[in-house]
Amino acid sequence: MNIYIRSAACIAPTTNIGAADLPPLAKPAGNRLACIEPNYEELIDAKTLRRMSRIIRMGVAAAKSCLVEAGLPMPDAIVTGTGYGCVEDTVVFLRNMITRKEEALQPATFIQSTHNTVGAQIALILQCTGYNNTFVHRGFSFENAVLDAILLLREGEATTVLAGGLDELTDANYAILSRFGLYRHALAGEGAAFFLFANEPGPGDFAKLEGMTTFYRPETPEDARREMQGFLKDMAVDPGSIDLVIGEEIFPEIPTQPYKTQCGEYPTSTAYALWLASRLIKAGVHRRILVYNDYLGVHHAAFLLAAAS
Amino acid sequence: MRITSATTASLISTPGAAPMPAGRAANAPVAIAGTGVISAIGRNVTECLGSFEKGAAGMDTITYLGTVHRGQLPVAEVKADNETLARWAGVETSVSRTALLSLIAAREALERAAIPHRVRWRTGFISANTVGGMDRTENFYASFLDNPRYGRLRDVVLHECGSVTEWVADRLGITHFHSTISTACSSSANAISFGARMIRNGLLDIVVAGGTDALTRFTLNGFNSLMILDSRFCKPFDNDRLGLNLGEGAGYVVLVSDAVAATLSSPPGCVLSGFANANDAYHQTASSPDGRGSWLAMKGALQRAGLEPADISYINLHGTGTQNNDLAEGTAIRRLFDPVYPAMSSTKSFTGHTLGASGGIEAVFSVLAVLNGLIYPNLRFETPMTELPFTPTTEFLKGQPLRNVLSNSFGFGGNCTSLIFSKQSR
Repeated sequence: MNIYIRSAACIAPTTNIGAADLPPLAKPAGNRLACIEPNYEELIDAKTLRRMSRIIRMGVAAAKSCLVEAGLPMPDAIVTGTGYGCVEDTVVFLRNMITRKEEALQPATFIQSTHNTVGAQIALILQCTGYNNTFVHRGFSFENAVLDAILLLREGEATTVLAGGLDELTDANYAILSRFGLYRHALAGEGAAFFLFANEPGPGDFAKLEGMTTFYRPETPEDARREMQGFLKDMAVDPGSIDLVIGEEIFPEIPTQPYKTQCGEYPTSTAYALWLASRLIKAGVHRRILVYNDYLGVHHAAFLLAAAS
Repeated sequence: MRITSATTASLISTPGAAPMPAGRAANAPVAIAGTGVISAIGRNVTECLGSFEKGAAGMDTITYLGTVHRGQLPVAEVKADNETLARWAGVETSVSRTALLSLIAAREALERAAIPHRVRWRTGFISANTVGGMDRTENFYASFLDNPRYGRLRDVVLHECGSVTEWVADRLGITHFHSTISTACSSSANAISFGARMIRNGLLDIVVAGGTDALTRFTLNGFNSLMILDSRFCKPFDNDRLGLNLGEGAGYVVLVSDAVAATLSSPPGCVLSGFANANDAYHQTASSPDGRGSWLAMKGALQRAGLEPADISYINLHGTGTQNNDLAEGTAIRRLFDPVYPAMSSTKSFTGHTLGASGGIEAVFSVLAVLNGLIYPNLRFETPMTELPFTPTTEFLKGQPLRNVLSNSFGFGGNCTSLIFSKQSR
């Protein structure tokens, strides 16, 4: 069975959704990257928009433009992945709770602080009563969401699945994660990318998803390399047939293009990389791309993409 | 060597990778080899069952959580401070309570499953929670707000939901596959169904699935600001219900493939026979008046299990005790089951609403109901709801011939999931 990426849309620090050309390098402020946000009013009703925090806006806008691109008003299922969740609303409620000593609190930010808010808002706006799930497993959040999409398609539970990965960078998170040393050798980043996965080919498909893998805490780079070789062997794919690796270097013999200079480091950055790979394949620049991510040395993930036809 | 991998190579794009055959294979029951639970009514399965039999609720005045609401709002706390929990779990005390509760319950589930040579099998840990290590983060923030260089980093090291799962998985020695799901109050039910699907699709052999949540000031104040907390002990499905009581805890089931089940010393007596996930698509926090999402979840679960409403012997209700939930859930039950209703009760009348853990804790209670022929009482029920033609069971019943038990978990964001546990046909 094959799985097709019928469309992909992304809000990232480098590009605006709908832009046709490939993204230029991002311009960081210090070592922080912030998303270039679109004119949301073209995508979201103004009244609804006012109540949404930044991450909800980015997620809903990316999801909606993905569906517009696919020409599909309603997917069978919605699956999201987010490592940090709705941090801004969480911190606002937390701050109010502390400064007001637990008295006279408004529920609005609490309501929107739950990790499933973006997936829920998409369902609400589309009136989609189908399968809806949210994964929040650090550097595997987006990978788990894609895995769920693959299973739904394989089980015949869905023929189309809207799946995305998203994280926002807030001042508080930047301050805390900097103290952990997360950005010592990396740019801090954020982004929201959504994909429409389908079990049948369509006319404008971006790419075909050939496979994915995740592995946890390899002890040495050699272990990671062996794991990736095993993945390709299981897929019956010759490394020589891969035109490009997007991400960290894993096979020195294959040209490798890092992507975190464009979107920065965050738990669901592979969603950005998958969007970039899908576009390069759709544009005919490459036939087969491997996305490989090593998140903090803990979460290793790979996606293999090829031309849809 | 910790390196392990979950790959989809067997599922797509490779020679031989095919969609699942429709019908039985896609909906095959998944055996349950073990259960583990910690809640306000007990630190393990035996203690919780004892409390049900005695009709002893877990709610009390706030004892362990530091909050200004102490003395005003009842909650269902696990009756131990963090030092005690850490001692039970055999770990350091500086860990989030969410992780401590999780480790205790997940370990019990694995011990009760007693799977011979577990290391030979591909094992996953799929755990749900809604606030991760917020119980310590909220202390960190008090200092951090004064100065962003203040606050002890070790208080936020398990802040992310996924960090809690990973910390516990490391202590259980599970490395093959980890996942964390967060869909508000239906989180754990989704973790269990995702685990079953990982087994059905041949990606894992054993999955410890469920969820955990500790009480935090964040959630207590959040629900308080929504004005849906009852200042008395909650009264699910009662006409005079005024809201929910928050609880805490963790609950896990051990799901196993048929190959693993065949190695167990006694055959598992209970299977997860069906489940469904739907979205109410009505409001971020409120359920639709007719319980559209709840109805879709229950109906979908029955369909996938190949069962009729009349096959259900007991419903473990979501039954939070809020005006909105109980009416929506009850209306959906009436639409699906009328005119013949199974026994039903909300065990939240004992444990409080344990949020991200509730689907796991109530799955454990549902499995124990199937295995032991039990129906739990719905405490403090007095007056039937005017809108509904049925009432919950108010007594602890033993020796019931239960074939199929339906467990409901409905949450914020319209996320609705129903699970069906069935007696294993031998």
